[in-house]
Amino acid sequence: MARSTFVYVTYIRTTPERLWSALTTDVEFMKQYWFGTHWDSQWTAGSPWKMVSSSGLISDAGEIIEADPPRRLVMRWQHQNKPELKAEGASHCTIELEPIGTTVKLAITHTIEREPSKLIEAVSGGWPKIISNLKSLLETGAIALQDAYPPAVSR
Amino acid sequence: MADRGDTDTLFKALADPSRRRLLDLLHAHDGRTLNELCEHLDMTRQGVTQHLDLLEAANLVATVRRGREKLHFLNPVPLQEIYERWIAKFEKPRLKAISELKKRLETANG
Repeated sequence: MARSTFVYVTYIRTTPERLWSALTTDVEFMKQYWFGTHWDSQWTAGSPWKMVSSSGLISDAGEIIEADPPRRLVMRWQHQNKPELKAEGASHCTIELEPIGTTVKLAITHTIEREPSKLIEAVSGGWPKIISNLKSLLETGAIALQDAYPPAVSR
Repeated sequence: MADRGDTDTLFKALADPSRRRLLDLLHAHDGRTLNELCEHLDMTRQGVTQHLDLLEAANLVATVRRGREKLHFLNPVPLQEIYERWIAKFEKPRLKAISELKKRLETANG
């Protein structure tokens, strides 16, 4: 079974409701921690979603497979912009929120049925920065990183 | 549980060569079972389990159940936070200098 997966977990001092809205419906909040990018969807099972950058470019898109606010979101995910990533086809992203004490455990699992995967390589570099910024913004009101890929860091 | 992934737990988890070796193994190939990890370490199964528990408590390892198997994944989020806390700050002036230089050169070319 050839499969590429990553699992990212963080604990954020917030409520599941607040975190859910930060991840889905609160577009202006999202742009603050996501380097200007936002997700656009109705957030119900079967509805489409797209990821729109600050310049209006649609980088990724797909459908919502399962939406159980504020607990669980499963989405079909296909990259749209770079041909070699788009050619890999659909991947699946599962986002789970679980209250633990005064925190919410946020787990993001991204899987594609192939190995190796350029898509998984690409998204696995982006998620830690986004999650870390989200945690920082929810807990302190300020983001940690201004640029996703600072110009001096060769990519 | 609320202290999961706090700084002390994180550095204690990193302060051991066997645990760093486990992270290296997961970095090379993610999603491994306990048995697969044991194959690469000269240590009892119980010892590996204890190290993995500490890594999970520090949030450096995330686990996913798939059927009867428990798969282990390297979770880089706490390390990203260390980067942001102590390194990102020092890059800013350099980044600013480079972006100024780029701007000036590109304007001159245009």
